[in-house]
Amino acid sequence: MAQIRIEQVKKEFGDFTAVQSSTFTIEDGEFFMLLGPSGCGKTTTLRMMAGLELPTSGQIYIDNMEVGQKPASQRDIAFVFQMFALYPHLNVGKNIAYPLKSQGVSRSEVKRRVNEVARILDIEDLLNTPVGGLSGGDRQRVALGRAIVREPKAFFMDEPLGALDAEFRERMADELRALHDRINATTVYVTHDQLEAMQMGDKIVVMNHGVVEQFGVPQDIYDWPATMFVGSFLGSPPMNFLQCNSTVKSGTSSIQLGDVSIGIPTQIDSLSGELALGVRPEHVRLDDNAPLRGVVTAIEYFGTTQIVTVKTEFGEVKARVASNIDVVANTNTGLELNAQTLSIFDSNTGSVLRSTANERVLAHG
Amino acid sequence: MSYSANEPSSRTKWGAGTVVILYAIVTLMPLLWIVATGFKTSEDAIAYPPKVFFEPTAEGYVNLFTTRTRVNNEDLANLEPAKTWYEQLVRDRGQVIAGPSRYSERFLNSIIIGFGSTALCMLLGTAAAYAFSRFRVPLKDDLLFFILSTRMMPPIAVAIPIFLMFKNLGLSDTHLGMILLYTAVNLSLSVWLLKGFIDEIPVEYEEAALIDGYTRFQAFYKVVLPQAATGIASTAIFCLIFAWNEYAFAVLLTSGTAQTAPPFIPTIIGVGGKDWPAVAAGATLFLMPVMVFTIVLRKHLLRGITFGAVRK
Repeated sequence: MAQIRIEQVKKEFGDFTAVQSSTFTIEDGEFFMLLGPSGCGKTTTLRMMAGLELPTSGQIYIDNMEVGQKPASQRDIAFVFQMFALYPHLNVGKNIAYPLKSQGVSRSEVKRRVNEVARILDIEDLLNTPVGGLSGGDRQRVALGRAIVREPKAFFMDEPLGALDAEFRERMADELRALHDRINATTVYVTHDQLEAMQMGDKIVVMNHGVVEQFGVPQDIYDWPATMFVGSFLGSPPMNFLQCNSTVKSGTSSIQLGDVSIGIPTQIDSLSGELALGVRPEHVRLDDNAPLRGVVTAIEYFGTTQIVTVKTEFGEVKARVASNIDVVANTNTGLELNAQTLSIFDSNTGSVLRSTANERVLAHG
Repeated sequence: MSYSANEPSSRTKWGAGTVVILYAIVTLMPLLWIVATGFKTSEDAIAYPPKVFFEPTAEGYVNLFTTRTRVNNEDLANLEPAKTWYEQLVRDRGQVIAGPSRYSERFLNSIIIGFGSTALCMLLGTAAAYAFSRFRVPLKDDLLFFILSTRMMPPIAVAIPIFLMFKNLGLSDTHLGMILLYTAVNLSLSVWLLKGFIDEIPVEYEEAALIDGYTRFQAFYKVVLPQAATGIASTAIFCLIFAWNEYAFAVLLTSGTAQTAPPFIPTIIGVGGKDWPAVAAGATLFLMPVMVFTIVLRKHLLRGITFGAVRK
């Protein structure tokens, strides 16, 4: 079990920079999510930690040992691939035993550990079957078995649930998390599914275009995104952005949207120009008396809640409101924003302006 | 009776079956004829109309493996009684065995050169295909095209340069020379075929092995090779068939020590009249190794041909 530290790691493939100078730390025993859209560099980052790619520059520490340029076989880690990569010419038991064989573990010890792992994963009756005919879930379990049998320093998983159908994903996600809680091993998990990341992760790194956008616990990242990208990538529907040409000053706690003044957390940074006011859909309330006006253009019904799309002069706002509220399409309505949850972004750079509310989160992100 | 949309009707199946059987008969007929001729007497072999039913004799095979001299009847009568059945067979035709023929020697040459070049070709081909498939090789596409381009003309087109080259290098009429030549000719085929097979094997398997603590070579040996077995087997069959059947270079470059069976078999005709049964016997035996090799690997061959046709 180990702490993993990534310091200024950079990876270039020819002219293309896949990962730009990433730095973050994964604490011992953490379930850590690398989240981002496809092509953002999250898988490359994971593969560099595992030793399947070597970083162009920067250091990777596993258990305080610099391993950046060491081959995978010397890092004592386990990797679960998206398509599981079970050796097709070996049966389930031999697949699980394979990592032990390379270490020259005695035959009786191999047998004991394979049986133990099979018991943990509840696949004891499959040990002698070929991997070819296994269901997706059982393949997943065998892949996990092969990973945990060696008791490595860390587990790396590259979208391990991506190949499973939706219904099964839920269950495997629970199993994975339960397994992690039981063996308490440092786990790094790559996913593009923000729900999966928030549901399973102790901490999340959000990446985009090879850059680490934000790093922290799921709720901090969700509530106080460091960039507009993070705000829009997490959450469904994503964070709303009201675009305006305005000014915020240090110490102020309101922003002028045209004629309307909106309360915001007390600001630390000052900026004048193209700003974006970020608000989560659940922090928007429909209030006919509110000064911020818009026209209802769409209503989507989701059981207990509904998503109401309102077109304002500063952009579209989606509000998540209770289903029992009557909303009529094409009518004019007022929007009340929950002041203490708002973030102000610099539209040009996409980064958030510091306020007393998000300062704590941004300090270590 | 009802059929699903993609299930052919029984009439179509019958029609297709008939065509396949007819085709099999047409292609197998010469083969059957050769096998049958091997067991005929010289007279039966050239009888007109051709004899379908005949009394089988081992004469062709005896003639294939021996050289004989004709003797007159008095001398024949004065000889001691024949010790073996084949000696008797020869004497019945008014001849005595003078010694063994060179057929078994040529046959052995064919085996050494055919299997030797196939093995070498597989070794080099797999290594090259693996490198082309997995590593960033500079000028990869150009190199692959260059390798393919060696097959853009019939190999025999460069017979004269090769003849001169072999002569100067002392490779003429040597086993090594023929093995190298057939390997060179087959290598482009094997690199391209094997690259296709290795491309189909997801790289994750090797990466999994690397993570599991194996070296790159162990990953190749223990994980890639077993999965590429199908492709290697079918490629090996193609290479062996070429090297085994090759005639033109064998005629040109071998005469004594390293002569293979294909150039030897026609020379049987010239010994003691038109001995068709001996030629047929030689051809029949010559077919066996490739047939056995193909039958042994047939499961792989069938899978090999359809491999990669469907994305799983």
